[in-house]
Amino acid sequence: MSAGAGAGAGLQARGLVLSLGRRRLLDQVGIDLLPGMFTAVIGPNGAGKSTLVKVLCGEITPQSGSVMLNGRPLAAWSAEDLARQRAVLPQTPELAFSFRAWDVVALGRHPHRRRATREDDHAAVAGAMRATETATFAQRDCGTLSGGEMHRTHFARTLAQIWEPPVEGRARVLLLDEPIASLDLFHQHAILERAADAARAGAAVLTVLHDLNLAAAFADTLVVLDGGRVEAVGSPAEILTGERIARIWRVSAKVQPDGEGKIRVNVERSAPGP
Amino acid sequence: MAVAAPEVSVSFHDPMRPRRQIAFAALGFALLIACLTASAIGALRIPFSHLLGALLQRAGVEASTHVAPIEIAALFTIRLPRVALGLGAGATLGVAGAALQALFRNPLADPGLIGVSGGAACGAVGWIVLGGSAPAWMHGTFATPLAAFAAGLAAVAGVYGIARRGTQTDIATLLLAGLAMNALTAAGVGYLSYLGTDAQLRALTFWLLGGLGGATWGEVWPMLLVMGVASLGLFALGRSYDVLALGDRTAGHLGLSVETVRRCTIACVALGAGASVALTGVIGFVGLVAPHLVRLLGGPSHRFVLPASALMGALLLVLADLLARTAVAPAELPVGVVTSALGAPFFIALLRRRLAGGAT
Repeated sequence: MSAGAGAGAGLQARGLVLSLGRRRLLDQVGIDLLPGMFTAVIGPNGAGKSTLVKVLCGEITPQSGSVMLNGRPLAAWSAEDLARQRAVLPQTPELAFSFRAWDVVALGRHPHRRRATREDDHAAVAGAMRATETATFAQRDCGTLSGGEMHRTHFARTLAQIWEPPVEGRARVLLLDEPIASLDLFHQHAILERAADAARAGAAVLTVLHDLNLAAAFADTLVVLDGGRVEAVGSPAEILTGERIARIWRVSAKVQPDGEGKIRVNVERSAPGP
Repeated sequence: MAVAAPEVSVSFHDPMRPRRQIAFAALGFALLIACLTASAIGALRIPFSHLLGALLQRAGVEASTHVAPIEIAALFTIRLPRVALGLGAGATLGVAGAALQALFRNPLADPGLIGVSGGAACGAVGWIVLGGSAPAWMHGTFATPLAAFAAGLAAVAGVYGIARRGTQTDIATLLLAGLAMNALTAAGVGYLSYLGTDAQLRALTFWLLGGLGGATWGEVWPMLLVMGVASLGLFALGRSYDVLALGDRTAGHLGLSVETVRRCTIACVALGAGASVALTGVIGFVGLVAPHLVRLLGGPSHRFVLPASALMGALLLVLADLLARTAVAPAELPVGVVTSALGAPFFIALLRRRLAGGAT
């Protein structure tokens, strides 16, 4: 837990409802992202995971419900104040023009430009690039990077954005939408490890994941979304049961303890369709 | 489990910085030489010594060189306003192109994209063809440029209005609305040409092809002022454009007010490019090409690209005008023809480079 985080620190959403036409994308969704906690949102395709991230970061305004960041509604924060507390990694980050990797990470410092010194900015960018192992290609043109290298560079940008310890009573929030989809095994673990580091440093971290084993290995709390509703919230051991996996993901799986206090999900076969 | 990241030293050193400084210096120097050359060469050749002598005399410094009165007259009433207009229009088109490429995140954007050139063309042609029936007080040297300027702004306002929903604009709709506006203004220009008399046709053809000839200080000064204000406004957005490269959403997550940047950009481009087109007619490719050349020289950071595009645009237009005046002397080519003739092959090379997967 972060030392300075006061009551209401982190991000709380209550009663989120979002419909597009007749389709209900989110139906009475509530979620608590507490300082120091690593939360993974899991669920099948089309469950509303990315939509939830977009609502939590203020990109989409829900038809009803509230999102509170550090005790105040999202809309009550100025855009820059918000950006100094909360970083977002979209599923498919974009980049126009061939900036160097260093420049892209340095863009994460934009909300700090009136407050931080040059040295602070350099320390944040260099630190974030070291942590994500992007430092080795810091001076390379992004046009020459692989998809995975590019994604890690964008992840470093979000870390640089919320590098400083937060103001007393506030917590930093990190929202990652499928941060590891394009990465090799080593970097999948490395990125989740860095996200877990951020949580250990007091940030409230949310990541959308598809890999149940990685979710079980890294997250403190799992939130299962299905059809726009929160189906269950709890620790990995509570959430990942053979019965639930069969019902929600339509595969039959064996869940076993891995001997290190975590659990392992072994998918055996896809269950027969309904 | 992931192993802790090894300590790697990260260099703060920006390898592009010296290149950018050299690029600025080189562009500045080339521009100075181009301006002096453009002032010296023409129907009346003014030797460099006389040119410097005349400039020094005007600045109040006693010079020993004797400069003929005809040289002074040619220099100050014909050459210099023309060079100044080339400088201003070229710089503004360059900056406006760079700003729109940043806004649309598309390296193929050009100031004409949001309808300002098409609108201005329609306004100028409309005045040339139909202005004769306007009341006498409306006639004067300013009439055509003002009609062009006003119509250019109106066209941009229309494009912006189409793409607007509530307080937001959609960037893809903005692009398409610009295309539609260009089609509409082209239809307008076509219809007006159809109505025009032979003399009017000749006047409007010259206007549509673009040219810096016949500029007088009286018209050039006010427009330079507008262009300067617009360009400074765009320079101020340099850092925002870098953030915008990450996409509108991510830029918003980084605290950037994307809509404000968009409005300021459109307003400044409309004013600057509108003023430029109003005096010079339609000059293609400078706004498209200048930012590309500049990015090749010093990278994509917009705090470099915007001012450097101003220098590059000015250089290209002053040189193109010099070529237009001298290539078939004593006749004169329309400068828009020169920029398009040289710009189009460059544009094609650019497209091929993109196809080949090269970075732009």
